[in-house]
This record gives sequence, structure tokens and C-alpha cells, in this order.
Amino acid sequence: MKLTNPLTAIFHPPPTPGVLGVFAHLDATVDAIGKLRQGGHTDFTVYSPIPRHEIEDALDQPVSPVRMFTLIGGIAGCAIGAWITLYMSYDWPIVLGGKPVGSIPPYVVIMFEMTILFGALATILGILFNALFAARRLGTVAYDARFTNDKFGIFVPCEPARAGQVETLLRGTGAEEVRRA
Amino acid sequence: MAETSTAAARGTRVTYDFVTRTIARTLGNPGKGYFALLGSAVALLAVGIGCLLMLLRYGLGLAGYSHPVYWAVYITCFVFWVGIAHSGTLISAILFLFRSGWRTAVYRTAEAMTVFAVMTAGLFPLIHIGRQWYFYWLIPYPNERGLWPNFKSPLIWDEFAIGTYFTVSTVFLIMGLIPDIAAVRDVATGWRKKLYAITSLGWRGTNEQWRHYTRGYLYLAALATPLVLSVHSVVSWDFAMAIVPGWHATLFAPYFVAGAIYSGVAMVITLLVPIRKLFHLEDLITVHHFENLAKLCLLTGLIVSYSYCVENFTAWFGGHHAERAAFWYRAFGPFWWASWTMNICNGILPWLLWFKKIRTNILGLFVISIFVNIGMWFERYVIIVVSLAGEPFERFANATYNPTWADWGIMAGSFGWFFMWFLLFVKNFPAVSISEVKEVLPAPSRGKALHA
Repeated sequence: MKLTNPLTAIFHPPPTPGVLGVFAHLDATVDAIGKLRQGGHTDFTVYSPIPRHEIEDALDQPVSPVRMFTLIGGIAGCAIGAWITLYMSYDWPIVLGGKPVGSIPPYVVIMFEMTILFGALATILGILFNALFAARRLGTVAYDARFTNDKFGIFVPCEPARAGQVETLLRGTGAEEVRRA
Repeated sequence: MAETSTAAARGTRVTYDFVTRTIARTLGNPGKGYFALLGSAVALLAVGIGCLLMLLRYGLGLAGYSHPVYWAVYITCFVFWVGIAHSGTLISAILFLFRSGWRTAVYRTAEAMTVFAVMTAGLFPLIHIGRQWYFYWLIPYPNERGLWPNFKSPLIWDEFAIGTYFTVSTVFLIMGLIPDIAAVRDVATGWRKKLYAITSLGWRGTNEQWRHYTRGYLYLAALATPLVLSVHSVVSWDFAMAIVPGWHATLFAPYFVAGAIYSGVAMVITLLVPIRKLFHLEDLITVHHFENLAKLCLLTGLIVSYSYCVENFTAWFGGHHAERAAFWYRAFGPFWWASWTMNICNGILPWLLWFKKIRTNILGLFVISIFVNIGMWFERYVIIVVSLAGEPFERFANATYNPTWADWGIMAGSFGWFFMWFLLFVKNFPAVSISEVKEVLPAPSRGKALHA
């Protein structure tokens, strides 16, 4: 009996069946996105070497949740800054220069820096979590090395029976290369 | 399109593919000139390490401290390097928010410079404290008697500011690198392909990735913008919160920030001129970019000159004898040469940049940028050393201060350390942002032209 590594399913998942179209032009890609959405496709992946508003508008996706990470991180940082300075002052109270033990104005500097630090780190976590680690079907959809250079691409997941129809659609909108994955 | 002007003159068309190939080529064999520069940087670093080992063995007595000048060359270097860092964040974050297209070709270099300059700056407080092995006392945790750090002290603010700045500028640099590393991963071969496959963290440029990435990058820029203004303000408060005449001024925060950006932009020019030549980036980094950097330099240089005038005017108009004496000592005392180096390099030299002929002459800019940095180093020297040497509280103690080989050696070492990291970076990672340079090019289209 052949033993299979249980982690294989996680780290080397089987490829998603579908059709990959390679586009040389941005406007053709935008056309194809429009046609695919009209045809009822929703979970296709668009590759582009740079972020373009035309693609974003055509896809009409909701605003990224990264902003909540930034907001919560920033507020948490500010609160932590206020807490460490005040707690540490009152934990061993020493009067310096006749000022109150917990004097807010100098502590604003620490609160400000902690706001920025935690806000930035939370933003990074937000990007990593949403864009890189938690992306659906990461690593299982077809990819072409030219997509980071000068080509745009669309991968449409579909059953082999429907692949022909998608191929025709992509070719019709100006894909210079279409292949099944 | 400014980016294409030089390339058009040579008959090359700047396309997406051209950008990827030009920048990927910088990761190949850079030639003898590069290794000569890297070798000199490592040699300088070795000098610095030698001096530091002597300092560790025999103590701070080797440096030229003499009562009351206990903040001297090391603190001068600390402020100098923190200042250098600032223009990187200005170009990468503030100009990003302003949507200025020309920044795309130069911001990666500037940002890398920021990270390495903060790395260099961070060494100096540790060297300066004398017992370097106790540096961790700066971290807020209670000592054996349950005593915490004093958060009313600007030195603790500074530690938080520099720590935050280093962390945020590093993650900002790495974040910007990810799509570009993915782009070079897809054209690289051999062990480099493996390295870039790991460091690109699985980037493929999908719509989901760009959606979160562009949002996050915007917020990082929005956070880095107030940060960069705050960091040098906090550094200036290390001085301004004390009552030493020449330090105790409300002007210090904006004055230091402008000075920092002035010296930083000059350093960007100093770095870009050889990098552009060595890695054949003339098609991407054009005279247009240098001219814009020169304009930034001119603007901040004029703010610095204005601050010098205000500083002297306030000392005179304020009418306080100690303040007046301090500024008289600065200009006509034993350190007159340092003050006038600073005044000439920072107050007069930037006026040359009013002329377009000079702004577009790359060799001329290179020379000016070096003098600007000499001037800015002396500015910190004048503020720190000369103010202390002339301070009126202990008239009997007025000392002449002379830096020793330990001061100069470690300063030289810091330049070696900085240039070593920078040169290693530009050789091994994309020194010009691939995806952002493409963003300012017209997108390929079959129908009507899509503007950038």
C-alpha cells in the first residue's frame, strides 16, 4: 500500500481546471472582464504587471478590508502608548521638575510614535493576510511568467465541458493566447 | 513623456518589457567599477571597526571629549545620518501621496538609502554611551529596583521615534519590493530564481493581490508622512528641550526637518550619479529626474538659509546676553571655520541651483551635492560641539575641543558601513521600481491610447 503525505493536500493541492487567456493589451483585458461578468462568471482571476484603475473599475470589487487593520492597529498603538507611559509613571512615582507624575504633553510623543508603529505593522499584517496567505486557491490556478512583465492575463475556472465556450469568449475579446489548465 | 526623452534620443522605445529587462540587467555582473567601490566601502568599514574595538578596550577617553563638550562627533554623526534618511521617506511617501510621477524612477534608491542611513545612525548612540554592552537599558523595562525609564526625557522619545522610523521604513521598502522581486523572479535563472521565489512571497499580480496591496501601500505612505516629519522634530528636541544657548529654540523642529531633507536629497544625488552610470540606467533615470531633485534641494536649502537668518536674528533681537554671546562665539570664536563652512555650503551654495544650466548638469550637481553634505555635517557639528564649547554656565571650563583619530575613524567607518549595505542592495535587488516605472508609461492598448 502506498502511503501519502497528509500535508501534500495543503502544500501541493491539485491544479484548478479552467482556461487561461494571455492579453497584450489593457483595453482587451477590460473588454474580456466585462464579457465574462455578463456571462455570469464571478470567480475568475485577473493578472496584471501593474495596478490599473480600468481593471479595478471593470471588476467592481469592494474596498479592501486592509483599512480596518490600519485603523485598529493605530488606535491600539495610541492606547498602548498612553498606557505604558502613565502606568510606568505611577508604578514608581517620581516628581521631575515639579511637574505632575503623569503629565500628558510629553507622553503625546510616545503615543504618536506608537500609533504609527502599530498602524504600520497592522497594515503589513493586513496585506500579508489578505493578499498573500489567505488568497483563495493560491498556487493552484494557472499562471504565466509574462504576467509580471508586459502581459495581462485572465484565468477562468470551469469544468472541461464548458471550457470551449470560455475559450471562444476570450479569443473573441482579443486574447493573443488561450490555453486549458 | 520625460521618462522616454533620453531613450527616444537613442532610438529605443520604453515599453513594459524594456523596463523589466533594463532593471533585471542591474542584477547581473556589474563590472570592475562596482567592485572597486564595494572594496573601498569595506576597507573604510574595517577602519571603523578597528577604532571601535580600541574604544571598547580602552574606553571613551580615546575620543576627544573635553569638559564641557561631552556630546561631540558621535552625536553629530547620529544626527547627520538620521537627517540623510529623511529625504528617502519624503520621496517615497510624501511624493507618493502627491502623485508626482517623476518619483517612480528614483524612489527605490532613496528608500533603500533611508533604511541603511537609519541603520548607520542607530549605531552612534550605542557607541557614544561608552559602556556599549548596556545599550538595552534604553528599552522600557524596570531595573532591579523596579524603576522605569523617564518618559519626560527627550532621549526616550528619540529612542521610540528612531525605533519606529527604522521599523516602518524597512517594512515600507520591503512592501514596495515584493511586486518587483516577483518581476525579476520571472526572468531570472539559477540560484537567483530560487532566492526571488522565496522573497517575492508568492506574488503573482492577481487582482485580489493588487486590491489589498494598493490600499495597504496608500495607508503605509499616509502613516510614514507624519512619521518622517516627527522623527527629526524629536531629534531636534534632544537639543531644544535643554537650556544650552544655541539649542533652546522653538525653531528647531522645522529647521531640522528642512535641513534633513536638504542633506538627504543631496545624498540621493550623490548615490544616483554613480549607480546610474555603473548599471546603465540612463534610459530610466534621466536629467529630468536630477533636475527635480535639484529643485527639492533648492527649496529645502532656502528654508535652511532662512532658518540660519531667523536663528541669528532671534539671538540678537531677543536681547538675552547668553544667547547673543553664544551666536557671537559661533561666528567669530575659535570654531569660526566650522560655522562659515556651514554658512557657505548651506546658505550660499544652493543659490547656484536657481540656474537651469546647473540643475541639468549632472557632474555639477554631483559636486554640489557633496558640498551640501559637508555643509550639513558641519551644521550639526556647529550646533552640538560649538554650542557646548561656548556655553556660559561654567565659564572656567571653556574648552577647545579637538576630535581624535577615534572620532574620525569611526565616522569614516560609518560611511563604509552605509555604502557597503547600499551597494550590496542595488546589486541584488531591483534598484529602480519596476512596477511603478511602468505605471507612468502609457498602457499597451489596441484602440485609443490609455494615458498613464
